[in-house]
Amino acid sequence: MNIYGILAIYKFEMARTRRTLLQSIVAPVITTSLYFIVFGAAIGSRIQEVGGVSYGAFIVPGLIMLNLLTHSISNASFGIYFPKFVGTVYEMLSAPISTIEVVLGYVGAAATKSIILGLIILVTAAFFIDLRIAHPIIMLLFIVLTAVSFSLLGFILGIWADNFEKLSVVPMLVITPLVFLGGSFYSTDMLPPLWQTVSLMNPVLYLVSGLRWSFYEISEVNVVVSLASVSLFMLICLGIVTYIFKTGYKLRS
Amino acid sequence: MTNSSAPILSVQNLGKTYSGGFQALKNINLEINKGEIIALLGPNGAGKTTLISTICGIVSPSTGSVTVAGYDIIRDYRQTRTIIGLVPQELTTDSFESVFNTVSFSRGLFGKAPDPAYIEKVLRSLSLWDKKDSMIMTLSGGMKRRVLIAKALSHEPSVLFLDEPTAGVDVELRKDMWNIVRELQATGVTIILTTHYIEEAEEIAQRIGVINNGELILMEDKNSLMQKLGKKQLLLELVEPIDSIPEALAEFDLELGKDGAQLIYTFTTTGERTGITTLLDDLKSAGIRFHDLNTTQSSLEDIFVNLVHESAA
Repeated sequence: MNIYGILAIYKFEMARTRRTLLQSIVAPVITTSLYFIVFGAAIGSRIQEVGGVSYGAFIVPGLIMLNLLTHSISNASFGIYFPKFVGTVYEMLSAPISTIEVVLGYVGAAATKSIILGLIILVTAAFFIDLRIAHPIIMLLFIVLTAVSFSLLGFILGIWADNFEKLSVVPMLVITPLVFLGGSFYSTDMLPPLWQTVSLMNPVLYLVSGLRWSFYEISEVNVVVSLASVSLFMLICLGIVTYIFKTGYKLRS
Repeated sequence: MTNSSAPILSVQNLGKTYSGGFQALKNINLEINKGEIIALLGPNGAGKTTLISTICGIVSPSTGSVTVAGYDIIRDYRQTRTIIGLVPQELTTDSFESVFNTVSFSRGLFGKAPDPAYIEKVLRSLSLWDKKDSMIMTLSGGMKRRVLIAKALSHEPSVLFLDEPTAGVDVELRKDMWNIVRELQATGVTIILTTHYIEEAEEIAQRIGVINNGELILMEDKNSLMQKLGKKQLLLELVEPIDSIPEALAEFDLELGKDGAQLIYTFTTTGERTGITTLLDDLKSAGIRFHDLNTTQSSLEDIFVNLVHESAA
């Protein structure tokens, strides 16, 4: 195994984050703090508890999930798209490095960044609300699985995209609406029965629900179903990534 | 697996047809020995870069096989890619990285443990050491080209591909590059370069390959190529211009130049006799006098142009 190759990609990607600290870490933390101020303190104080939890605390898992999903995708997609865009991808294609090693480097770095961001947001939330985590191990498992799965999705997106617009389409037009409609800011119990059923088709609902269960032991769907869903999603993404490297899709002519 | 007398690079019946149907390489066969400097010449779109990219793993071959040091480029890609270094044609670099970091990154990517001392040696040899902390975007085009060479050398390859290494660089830098290539060869590195500059091939290559329309038209030792295909001309500056070539000199391959003030005799150096002595005797007999004479040899460029035209015909 080309351990040095994996480390080279990983360190390179992490160094990029250090160069863009404002954009990568500071900006999402400020945005999330604003959510807590507006929805937690200002509006949340006038909303009754949801499932026995204050509204400010209720939205924490959703906000973590929102950041995990969007940043996992954007970190990984940009990581692989940029070398394609500037042409430096030739070096990776001509290096003695396998599919799985490339993925470990790029996806590992993207997931690491997202996990760090998720944990920073968690700490930030503690400044605004009385935070309690019932199952910290399960919470970490959800965060890691989600970060890895959506970093894989981002990697696929970065390979598929041939311009910057395509790169931003999925996070902006697919992921953000799914997170907002996936019970991040409300419980599906609040919806009419028809929309409760429709919500079950939203894959993000399972992630938010699972993560929320790890905090407060309240969930829309069974936590095992949530874990199985995110694991299945990760396997599907891995399968697509393997296909991409075997066929050279959008990489090798 | 490796044999010292076996070619370091062997290309067998290599073909590449892109998904759009364009046939970029047609049945290429090629063998390169360890320590050689090979120049691949060819017009734009001839297939030079496709050939290099295929050997390096960037382009998938449609047919045929390639081995490097006895290893197959598909089956044993880890071994072959460890042996090969590639300097691409385009100045593709990580603009926001420092020179030292980007070269170190390349070394790691190719599976080598960090070795700052070796990176320093490479950067010094390419006159890049004082730029080691500079961001690549701040460097000149020539310096960026050197950075690409440093990246390609970072994992200590024994076969180096240089795709148009001196494209767009000034004459001084081009000569520097030639010296770098010669120094690399002296350390045992096999070098395959593509170029548009005939003088470059003439200056540093030992063997010349010509590619046109995806076909390797020839692969010859440079000197024997020059001897075989090179023509020489004897230019005689006449004392008095003549209107036409006299009948007595019809057996010679003669032309008139400079409005009859110059007589041009074309001959080859491969025959036993050049015919020059006989020509000069016959000129004297015909009463044609000259006040100066000169000989010229066709350059590699002339040979290249002729070959490409012949293959296109």
